[in-house]
Amino acid sequence: MVLGNYKQVVAARSTDPEILRGAQDGGIVTQLFAYALDAGIIDGAIVAGPSDEPFKPEPMVATTREELMASRGTRYSISPNMSLIKEVTRSYGLDKVGVVGTPCQMQALRKGQLYPVGLRDVPDKIALAVGIFCMENFPYQGIIQLVEDHGATKLDNVRKLDIGKGKFWIYTERGATVDLPLKVTHKYEQPGCHVCLDYVANLADISTGSVGAPDGWSTIFVRSAKGDDIWAKAIAAGAFETKPIESVKPGIDLVTKLATDKITKNQKYLESRATEYGVGKALRNPYI
Amino acid sequence: MGILESLKALLFGKHDVSEGKKDEKPEPAVQKAEPVKTESVPATEKPADVIVEKKASIIQEPKEEKPVAEKITVGHVHMSGCTGCLVSFADNYEGLLTILDKYADLVYCLTLADVRHIPEMDVALVEGSVCINDHLSVEEIIETRKNSKIVVALGGCACYGNITRFCRGGQMNQPQHEGFLPIGDLIDVDVYIPGCAPTPQQIRNVCVMAYLLLKGNDEQKALAGAYLTPFMNLAKAGTEACGCDIMTQVINQGLCMGCGSCAAACPVRAISMEYGKPQIERDLCIKCGACYAQCPRSFFSFDVVNQYEAIMDAIDAAMQP
Repeated sequence: MVLGNYKQVVAARSTDPEILRGAQDGGIVTQLFAYALDAGIIDGAIVAGPSDEPFKPEPMVATTREELMASRGTRYSISPNMSLIKEVTRSYGLDKVGVVGTPCQMQALRKGQLYPVGLRDVPDKIALAVGIFCMENFPYQGIIQLVEDHGATKLDNVRKLDIGKGKFWIYTERGATVDLPLKVTHKYEQPGCHVCLDYVANLADISTGSVGAPDGWSTIFVRSAKGDDIWAKAIAAGAFETKPIESVKPGIDLVTKLATDKITKNQKYLESRATEYGVGKALRNPYI
Repeated sequence: MGILESLKALLFGKHDVSEGKKDEKPEPAVQKAEPVKTESVPATEKPADVIVEKKASIIQEPKEEKPVAEKITVGHVHMSGCTGCLVSFADNYEGLLTILDKYADLVYCLTLADVRHIPEMDVALVEGSVCINDHLSVEEIIETRKNSKIVVALGGCACYGNITRFCRGGQMNQPQHEGFLPIGDLIDVDVYIPGCAPTPQQIRNVCVMAYLLLKGNDEQKALAGAYLTPFMNLAKAGTEACGCDIMTQVINQGLCMGCGSCAAACPVRAISMEYGKPQIERDLCIKCGACYAQCPRSFFSFDVVNQYEAIMDAIDAAMQP
């Protein structure tokens, strides 16, 4: 169950070259929302938009294709997308909400739908939840440390950040590439990520991420009935190019391996919180 | 999935309902038996009394046919609250009517019905905190506990004191009314529904689950129990809440991952997200407890949330008129 429930898993990428140009991988999130906007499946989506500071995401309600395009690319820093989940149904006036988020944000969303303590009228207005694979996240200051200190690169000049093939990659606007071993990144990880037991956004309608698929492509899990319906319509509309996951390298085995590694490691940390922190005391466990 | 299928079976076909009921511990008869008594008792004493028989038939004839054999009885008890929690319950719109049609009889609610005294109830939805300087209030909350199988603290005031935490007396015409406590400081509370106001959807979900807990079969009870457990645990955890909980119980504990749920849940916008972490304006906070309860790192049950799709479908189905 490390990959959660799903109806199908494929490799895919957007058929829109403009979306692909600024996309992190296969442009799945941007393309899904762009399609869903056009088709009237959603009337807006909470996405990680740009902010005043480079590579610092700011949650944003996108109701146009242009706004979606501005939020392409992974920022590797915290974007509290759930902070807009009620407002999007209030002053923004949306009835059919799209939302993208990391696995923890999908958990927050589903908890919010089942236990809407402070989220009146939110549960029924979630039309499409797209989850992205996530191994861990970094505070923004951690990204500055990594890029500017370890990477000796000015963050303003960075075109793209990526974690893959065991390294943290920094690509500059002028074509230089810096890579850091993942080992140096570990101490900058957000501590709250170390209790996370979800890698591939098990609770999303559709999850997507780079692992398992070749460069420029994404691995997709279609999970819920809602997700299945929307994915089928998007395929029928020609929004995506797909390949069977069995036909691509490295494929689903790597996804399973990384998911298992993450969950095993974090489960162990959770156990250590109960036994190794303090004497006769335990740190709190949210899952019990 | 077996649980959910039988949940659906319960909601569409009603076969399992009475069976589950028999397993339960014996309950005091809650439905008023008055009409039956007037019919049978005088009939034996005065066999020729025709008027009594007529009376009985007058009472029985207009009685509505209940689509569900066993409803639970629910009361709304209004302590020092603002009625916003009850309005929130009513804001289920036709859903409220469905609840009253199929699952629950509203046996007490001063705002909506003229039953004057607190009767026996399966579920008491208690709104507001208790003014300990008002004897009637103290008596009422004690009576509520005695008369109810399940006491639900409905809303921030009943759970945590909420805005009445700031009361300190000195106002006309009861300047001595200065001490207000959440109901959990006077009686044992079974379930919390925090929030100011609590959401209509949350109250609806608790009603449906309370129905399954009391009237369902073993599987349905297990599902309802699993669903309600976090709110039962909140009730056990204490009667104090504040935006500070996000600090003391989440951030300080190394559990915050910056999702922003607390900021969305706060009814007074006291929480903003600064560099991915909650920044709490404590002088804006009204101590309702919504932020901590909504936080996915306060409580999170994979058993329940992993089945979100089926549970939401089932609740939707239950709410069909």
